[in-house]
Order: sequence, then C-alpha cells, then structure tokens
Amino acid sequence: MELPFAITLDVGSSHANRTGSWRVERPIYVDRLPPCNDACPAGENIQRWLYQAEPGDYEMAWRQLVEDNPFPAVMGRICYHLCETACNRAQLDEAVGINAVERFLGDLAIERGWSLPPAGAESGKRVLVVGAGPAGLSATYHLRRLGHQVRLVDSAPKLGGMMRFGIPAYRLPRAVLDAEITRIVALGVDVELGHTVQDIEVERNDGGFDAVFLAVGAQLGRRVEIPAGDSSRVLDAVSLLHRVAEDDPPLLGRRVVVYGGGDTALDAARTARRLGATDAVVVYRRNRERMPAHGDQLEEALVEGVTVRWLSTLSRFDGDRLVLEKMRLNDEGFPEPTGEIEELDADSLVLAVGQDTDLSLLDHAPDVAVDDGVVEVLPTMMTGESGVFAGGDSVPSERTATVAIGHGKRAARGIDAFVSGRAAVNADRHELATFDRVNTWYYSDAQRTRRPELERARRQSTFDEVVGGLTEENALFEARRCLSCGNCFECDNCFGVCPDNAVIKLGPSLRYEFDYDFCKGCGICVQECPCGAIDMVPERI
Amino acid sequence: MLRQIEGSRAVAETVARCRPEVVCAYPISPQTHIIEAIGAMVKAGTLSPCEFINVESEFAAMSVSIGASAAGARAFTATASQGLLFMIEAVYNAAGLGLPIVMTLANRAIGAPINIWNDHSDAMAVRDSGWIQLFAETNQEAADLHVQAFRLAEELSVPVMVCMDGFILTHAVEGVDVPEQSDVDAFLPPYEPRQVLDPDDPVSIGAMVGPEAFEEVRYLAHLRHLDALERIPSLAAAFAEAFGRQSGGLVRPYRTEDAETIVVALGSVLGTIKDAVDGRRDAGERVGVVGITSFRPFPLDAVRDALSGARRVVVVEKAFSVGFGGVLSTDVAMATHDAGCSLRTVVAGLGGRAITRRSLEEMLAAASRDELDSVTFLDLDHGIIERERARMGATRRSGPSAENVLRDLGTVASWIG
Amino acid sequence: MTTQPVRFYQVGSFAVGNRLLPDDDRTVQSDQNRTNSLDSGHRACQGCGEALGARYALDAAMRATGGRLVAVNATGCLEVFSTPYPETSWRIPWLHSLFGNAPAVATGVAAAMKVKGKGDVRVVAQAGDGGTVDIGFGCLSGMFERNDDVLFICYDNQAYMNTGVQRSGATPPAARTATTEAVGPEPGNVFGQGKDLPRLAMAHDIRYVATATVADLHDLEEKVERAMQLHGARYLHILVPCPLGWGSAPNDTILVARLAKETGLFPVFEAEYGKVTAVSPIRHRTPVEDYLSIQRRYAHLFGEHSRTDIIARIQAIADQNIATYGLIDDEADSRGQKEVTA
Repeated sequence: MELPFAITLDVGSSHANRTGSWRVERPIYVDRLPPCNDACPAGENIQRWLYQAEPGDYEMAWRQLVEDNPFPAVMGRICYHLCETACNRAQLDEAVGINAVERFLGDLAIERGWSLPPAGAESGKRVLVVGAGPAGLSATYHLRRLGHQVRLVDSAPKLGGMMRFGIPAYRLPRAVLDAEITRIVALGVDVELGHTVQDIEVERNDGGFDAVFLAVGAQLGRRVEIPAGDSSRVLDAVSLLHRVAEDDPPLLGRRVVVYGGGDTALDAARTARRLGATDAVVVYRRNRERMPAHGDQLEEALVEGVTVRWLSTLSRFDGDRLVLEKMRLNDEGFPEPTGEIEELDADSLVLAVGQDTDLSLLDHAPDVAVDDGVVEVLPTMMTGESGVFAGGDSVPSERTATVAIGHGKRAARGIDAFVSGRAAVNADRHELATFDRVNTWYYSDAQRTRRPELERARRQSTFDEVVGGLTEENALFEARRCLSCGNCFECDNCFGVCPDNAVIKLGPSLRYEFDYDFCKGCGICVQECPCGAIDMVPERI
Repeated sequence: MLRQIEGSRAVAETVARCRPEVVCAYPISPQTHIIEAIGAMVKAGTLSPCEFINVESEFAAMSVSIGASAAGARAFTATASQGLLFMIEAVYNAAGLGLPIVMTLANRAIGAPINIWNDHSDAMAVRDSGWIQLFAETNQEAADLHVQAFRLAEELSVPVMVCMDGFILTHAVEGVDVPEQSDVDAFLPPYEPRQVLDPDDPVSIGAMVGPEAFEEVRYLAHLRHLDALERIPSLAAAFAEAFGRQSGGLVRPYRTEDAETIVVALGSVLGTIKDAVDGRRDAGERVGVVGITSFRPFPLDAVRDALSGARRVVVVEKAFSVGFGGVLSTDVAMATHDAGCSLRTVVAGLGGRAITRRSLEEMLAAASRDELDSVTFLDLDHGIIERERARMGATRRSGPSAENVLRDLGTVASWIG
Repeated sequence: MTTQPVRFYQVGSFAVGNRLLPDDDRTVQSDQNRTNSLDSGHRACQGCGEALGARYALDAAMRATGGRLVAVNATGCLEVFSTPYPETSWRIPWLHSLFGNAPAVATGVAAAMKVKGKGDVRVVAQAGDGGTVDIGFGCLSGMFERNDDVLFICYDNQAYMNTGVQRSGATPPAARTATTEAVGPEPGNVFGQGKDLPRLAMAHDIRYVATATVADLHDLEEKVERAMQLHGARYLHILVPCPLGWGSAPNDTILVARLAKETGLFPVFEAEYGKVTAVSPIRHRTPVEDYLSIQRRYAHLFGEHSRTDIIARIQAIADQNIATYGLIDDEADSRGQKEVTA
C-alpha cells in the first residue's frame, strides 16, 4: 500500500538504527573451568558428561567420561569425589551427586556392553608398563588409544593392583572391576602377570622399549615397633586386605583392634566385622576432625558397628590385652602423650599406619631420583631418566586410585610426546567458574538423591556391595542438578532477556552469538546468565 | 420521497444508508436524536453490520472512531459544543492520521455560561484541526451532505464534519427526501482505506515526526484540502445528477447578480437572510447573499468570484473571536482583500438568540446607508451592558455577570436563584 | 487420576528456555522464530524493562493468536522510542493515537474487526502507568465496563519517564521523582496516595486481571496466553523497571523486578470476574531494603541520614500485601519440579 508520508511506516525500518554504537562495554561468551573439573584428579570433564547425561544421552556421556578415565564403574564406587567437595551447588543446597551418576553410567556401560574407543593407528613405538593397578591400566589405555604398543607386567596373579588387593569387595565388586579391566585389555595389550621386574634397566633394554612407565604402587604395609608378646597376632592392613581378596582370610578372633586413621584402617575394621569380629575397634591418635579417612567411610563404618578410640596410641600388646595411652592435641594440633593408660581386650591387632613402595627395581637406574621412598617426577611424569616415567602411589601425591588414574593419563601423554620427539604441552586452563558468578535464582530447588545403602545387618556379615546405584530416574535427576558452572548450557536466558534482540540463537548445541550492531551493552544477559558464561569487557575505542 | 421528518431523524436515516460500520454514541444536546435513532436501527438489526458503541465520553467517541477507521471500518459519530471541545485532541489526531471519519456537529454555543442553544462557536473552535467542515442550510442539505461527506472523506483520507444548526435544524420537522438506499449504494462505494491495520500487511500508524518532516506532513494535509476544493463541486454535481437536487458545493450565491451589498453567512440562517434580502430587494436595494457550504477548506477563489461585483460585504456570523471580532469575516477578508469592497461583521444569534428578519432588514438598510460599524452585535441590549458595567465599576465583588444579567432581566432569574 | 512428579529440569521453570523441556513448556522467547514484535534498532535506554516487557507480552500474544494481532499504543516512552520517523521497530500492525485514549482506540479496532468479519484478529492496547492509571483511566474504565474484546497491558514503571520522571498515580511512596523531590521532612512521594489499578480493574468484574513482572517470563507468557484465550475486557499489569527513572543499574532490570515481587511490594496474581484465583508465591522472602537500596530513587532513605522509619513503613506495605494476597507458600520452592496429571 502507498503509505501516508511519515505518519505510517513500514516494518523492519528500525534496523537502519544501529544502536550498537551506544555501547561502552560489550558482552562476550566465555567458557570457564567448572570447579568439579578443576578438582578431578583424573582430569575428567565432569560437567560435559553430566550435560550429555541430562537429556538421557548416556552412551554419549559415558564416551565423554572414558575420554579421560576408563574406569567409570570403579570410580563410581571408590573415588573420593573431590569434585563434589568443590561443587558450587554445595553452597546452594547440596553438591551434585557426581559420583553416583558416574557409577550409573559405568554400570550401564557394562550392562549394555559398550566398548571403549578403539586403539589408535599403530605408531610402532613400544612402552613397558610396570604395575597393573589404576595408574598402569590408565596409562595402558591411553597409550593404546595413542597407537603405542604396551607390554603390561605385574607381579600379582591378577590385574587391578590395589583396586583388587587393597579395596574390599563390599566397596568394589570384583565383577565390576573385571569388566572394566577386560575392556582395556581388549584394546590389544601384551599382559604378563606373575612377573616381577627386578631391574628396570635390564627389562627396558632387553625388550627394546621406547619408554617405560613405573606404576608399582605402595604395597608394603608399614609397621610400628611396639612390644608385643605374640607377634603372630599382629598383622598389617595391606596384608589383611590382600589375603581377603585372595580368599585366604587370616583368623583374627572376636576382638580386633585396628591402629590408624586412614581409609585403610576403616576398610580393615569393616573387613574384620565381616570376618566375624564382634568388636572392631579403631585406635587413632587424634580426634575425628583430624582423621584423614573420608567422612562417608567413617559414617559407614560406625553404622556397621565399628567403634573408634579417639586420642589414643598403642603402648604395648600383652597377650590378649592391648595397653593404650591417652593423647591430647597441643596448640599446633599434634598429639602429645598424657601418661594416662587404658586397656583393651584384643585377639588381634591390625596396623594401618601407611604403606611403602618397593623401588628395588630402580637400584641400577641412578638417574631416577628417589626421595623419601618415592620417585621424583616432572609434570609430564617423567623421572630423572629419559624415557622412564612414573606415577601412582610410587610418586609423591595423595594415594588414591583416582589420582593414579590421572597419573596414568598424564604419563601416557608425556610418553606420547617423548616417543614422538615432541615437547609435551599442557593445555591452557580456563579461569575458574566461581560460585559468585552463578545466578542461583534460576536453578530449581532440588535436594540431592541418596544412593540406597545395604541394610545394616546384612552388610556386617557379607562382602556384598554396601552402596547401591541410582535408578535411571534418580541419576537423571542428579545430573540435572548440575549448575553447569561457567559453561553455556543453552538455557536461552541471554536470548530472551535482551531488550534489544541483540542475541542470535544459533540452534541446538550451537549456542548463541551477539549482534553487536544492536547490542547497547546493558549487561542484563551477563547478570541473568545462570552459569556465569558471559563476561563484560570494555569496548574497543 | 418527501417526508415530514425531524432533521435529526433525516440525518440518522441517511447516515444509516451510508452503511456506517462503527457508530459511537455519547449524549449531548442537540445531537442526541441522531445517535439515538441510529442506535435503535442497529439494535433492531435494520442497520447491519454495524457496531453501535455507547462510550463514556466524547473523547472516547472520537478515539473509538479513530481505531475503527484505522482498522478499515466506516466510522461515524455525532457531537456538539462542549462535547466537541472534550474530544478536540482526538479531533486533531483523526485529521493528522488522515482517517476518513464522518461526524455530525449539531452546532451549539460553548460555555460558560452554559448554553445548549445554537451558534457556531464549536465549529470555529476546531477550524484549524484539519477536518473538512461543511455547513448545511436545510435539513435536506444536512442529509445530503452526509452522503457526500463519506465519499469525500474516503476519497481523500480526510475526516469530514457536517455542521447543522442545533435545534434550528436538528429538531425541526420539515419535508425531507431521505436518499434511497439504492441511490446511496450507487453513489458511495465501499470504504477502501489508504492505510489499514492488517496482520497480513503490518504497518506502524502514528509515528513520531520531528522537525525534519513535520512541516511537509502538515503541508500534505493542506494539499489534501486544496484537492477537496476540486472534489467538493464535482461531488455536488455528481450528487445532483444522481439524486436530482442541488446540495453541497463550495458556495451558494442568491440574488448576487448586480448586488451592491452581499451578505455572507453559514448554515440555516441563510434562509432568514434570503427572506430579508427579498425584502430589501422589494424596497429597491440591490442586495444579495452568498452562503458558504465549505468552511474548511475555505474556497477563497469561489468566494472572491461570488463577491466580485459587490461594493459592500456584510458577514453575518454566529460566532466571534473574543477580543478581535469576526472569524468567518477574516476568511472573507482574505478572499476580498484586493476587491475594493468594504467589509462589515455582524455577530448574531449567539447562544440561540433568534435572528429575525426584521433585525436583518434593519441591519441591511443601515449597511446600504454605510452606517454599519465594522463589527456589530445584532440586537444587543445595551441597557443590560451598561448596568452590569456600572455594577462592576461600583463594587469589586460584583458577582457573576451571567446571573446578574438574568436577574436584571427579571424573567428567568428565579430559576437560577 | 493421580499426579506424579515429572522429571526435574535444571532450570525449567525459571530460565527462558531449556533444551530439556518439551517444546510446549518452553517460552515463546526461547523460540528462534519468535515474532520479535518489538524489533532491534529501537531507541529505548540500555536495560529498558518496558522494551523487554513489550516484546515478551506481544510475542506471546502473537503466538497465542497465530499472528492475528493488532496493537494500539498510548503516547509514552514505548511509543516514542519505537517509532521515530522514519524508523519503526514494530513488526506487527500498530497504531498510536494519543496519550489518554488507547483503550478507546482499541475498542474501535476490535469493533472494526468484528464488523469486518475478522473476529480472529485480536486487539491489544498498551500504555505506561501514566497512560493507564491517570490520563487514560477514563477510557480504560469505559472499555472495561463495556467488556470490549481488548487486552489492555499496562507497562508500569511507576512514573512519567518519557517526560523526565515525574510522579504518576502509580508512583510508590517515598520514591523520588522530578515532582516529588527527595527534600524536606517527608522526602519523595507521599504515603497514602496512588491508584491500585489491578484492583480497580477487578472492581469492574471483568473476565481476567493479572499482574506480572519481567522477571518471570514463564508466568508472564502464561498470563498473556490465558488472556488471549478469553474474550471481553482483560487487563494485564506488568512491572517494568526503568533504569533511568529508578536509578538502578541497566543490568539490574530483571533483578529489581524480581525483588519487587520477592519482597511482596508487587503482588503477582491472577483474578477472574473480580476474584483472585491464583497468586505467585514468594520464593525467597526478602526484606524491602534489598529492593530499595539498589535504586537511587530511594537513596535518601539510606546512608548518613538513613530513614529507617520510612523503610519500616514500606516494609509494612510489603507485609500487608503478603497477608492480603497470601504470598507466602511453603510449596513455592517446588516449582522447578512441575506436577502434571498422569
């Protein structure tokens, strides 16, 4: 229609007015490092796999997960989930149950028989991995994916290391462990069990390996010297757990005392209960706050009837009487003896005071530096000897399976760079997605889903798994509690809240971009982004 | 077919035959009979389709009409006096938006003092609004002008106000040939808007226009009025052809050939003036009269031509500009400024005061003697004026003049008490 | 019939959209193909709540009517910033007439559509608070009373912003405007004045009355959709913060609106035929200070000469609203987990 001049206007004509020129600051999309990812010793992209699990794409989520860690089902049981400690949602209500979702995905993968991504194109390089625990298996997996041949040796008769011989079956059923190990071996690994490497130099040279990864663990239970009338009643926790794992449990009697304050001490006490002990008493020098064992492990032990003598140390073991000395904490928090004595009836004493690593295979490897019983390594996990890498419990770090798995991955990458003659590069880490950047309003209130726990009476006497998995519905619920800190999850808020329609929605999984022709720089999108994935930056002049 | 019928009724029936689609009603004397009649027709279903809307004010009446017209409906309403003033913002707006609304203005005085009777103060108050203003001399013409008004408005996208004198026409029963439906249908095509609110072709109507274009917009409105000066006579001719009678046009001269003195006026008073002219002609004076039908647009050329032979021009108007004088007179003066004639203003009939043939003849006789003041208030009671001025001079708190005057008259003062 | 909780969605009921939600549960604003009834290039200030509210409401109305919509606009910010010749930002048929007549103009449009046999074309009239509660109230009341088929939307920013922040009948107590300056013993707007338009609308017993804010898009869109399902006179009152007039940061527009609701100062509810039928409960009850202190129009209540007495009076208003409308609801927090009939 021929429109009356100036009074009547055609639609779309305001596009001629580029209001972007008003702007003094511009919004930009950013990806920040979520605290869960930041905290994960195995370097998992947790937020990403939760994101993929959210719509129910479990296989995609699992595939994202095993990019970094080939043991989701194991992790979902024994990982101490620093991710959850770091989780920003903990400041809102409760941390996301990442570990439970991981287990759900891991179990589903086993149930459905999903296989790991195939080995990479053969590089022609050969790597010797010594030790088939979490570090060694993780390294093996990643090396195979990078196309390197792996010879995996272990002195034990079975694969798994401490996952098999240190962690009780009620926490990690062997079928689960076997399933995840089998998947790795299926990538094509030259395995030799029952083989103890005596001299790493000889083994490396004889085999013509391009690189070596040492993951021998810390298998030697430490002892403390106390006067003991009958030393046959004293044993270390590592041995106890190992023998139980090999179906050769020692006779402990009805009254078992465990000395130590770590997770291993609790594992020993809980195992003792299952072996028939009526009294399983943990003796620990400090108080509960200072106990290194993880809180949920202690909770479970207490529920199962394990008791703890806090602020107590061993004085001597006399026949069936254990003499304890009460301690107190000084101002620095160190325990000091009080001289006050207590006695305890005990049929046996289990020492859980730490483990040492057997590094005799390095006796002829002078370039490998050892300090305080552990091997010194560079950030690439390479030791002082070129081409020799180390990880897991045998290097300085926290001794958990998850850390070991992370070492395995990092070592594999270091080895890959080494054998390819490249410098190892560490990917830049994004800035941390802190809680203050989260707009909590947008997240629905939702309490964490608890995993079912085995009925107490039942678990005191069996090695059945204590903690059950989540149902699919609960796992989904839990995944969807993720705040997606610092990473766009396509909630459309920026697209919706812009008063100037200056956000362009690119479509599913493509996110958004700003239309700077019209963005006036008001910053509402930044303020209303739930997860803090938009920054304001000064406009260029 | 000629019928004895009230003017309002004739207008209502004629408007109905123009098939208005939205009619707003707000009561104000003396236009009420028009919208009452239309309301009844809509309610009875004899005027259909039509939305008859009882609004809460004249402001709303015009506003509803604006919305209806912009959405493509033929819109009609009627008002008078204070009602017109109450809607004046919307009156201007309708014109500014170029919406072809037709409105009957039953001319009435404006208070204070409040007065329901006829004069032209209301029409003059919206003189500059951009509406076309056509003045009816008779009820027949009032009816006929509405038919022409819709066509004119819609052809030009300009609103048209048909002015008819309150009571004198609206309430007068006389013979009117109400245009037949078939004739109206043949004369008036369906409304085809120049701009319309249509989801299939969205536009924004009513933009804010700044200094860069406002003058051009106003000039375009002026051009449409200049176009109307062309259209109005041709429509009147077409109407005459279709209906067999003369109605409308720009000006209507009466006995102006050889006239030395020509009276100019608007509306129904022309009838009385013609009688007076006849009287003066009988007395041997060469007088004539020019009635102006189209007050806006003002037909400068037609008025100049009609007055070209006159030595004296007397403008009789039912309104005036306080502190100045005639309103119509200034327009006529503009038309005759180089014609060499004298121009006198006679203000008459304010607030419904009867304009009698005798007074007019006396006035014309005075005019012929060149004894008329430049501005004359016909039949002004100078005694009342003097007495009130004396009161005001004597005491500060002299009270309201209107009531003083009534009390002074001694007739109706007791009603007001 | 039983109800069971639907799977929980991260941000389902609060954010604009969510890839996990079924299409029907997503907002109109999350749609790539939304109308953008008010398009880019308009001249509203940075962070304008009214620009946002208008697009929210009209896009929702466009979806609800299948694009058969006409909008009538009163004079005011929204009109001025959207249609300065030669540019219009409207993508829908739009008419501006005057400041005080939008309801009547809309009545005329609706009447025209009906008489033209285009009854499927629906009419929305919109105005700021001045055009609604003050100068437009006569026409609005008439439109209500006649039950004309018009949805009237008031974008309430609580003062005459277009003319430079003067007091309107919707300006809250103590707020500074250019005609209620923050001086003297009772700084800002006085207590005990002002019009509660939603309640006045309800007093007309019209089909539907609702309030909303730009902070809760799902709620706003549901109300527009509901309104467009109904015929007759309907009224929607949307709180739209004005960074300029309120002295709030442009990026706080939605936050401020949210706090208005969460403090209880702006009750969000629905009413039919004059009776309240639903309220949006407060999710996190918030003291009025949190709302007032981020707006410079209340700056005179804080700082060195803080007026705790006035703040207490405002808190009392909020508390009264909470009691009157029943805005505290223990179930409020469960909204993320929608209940549906299964």
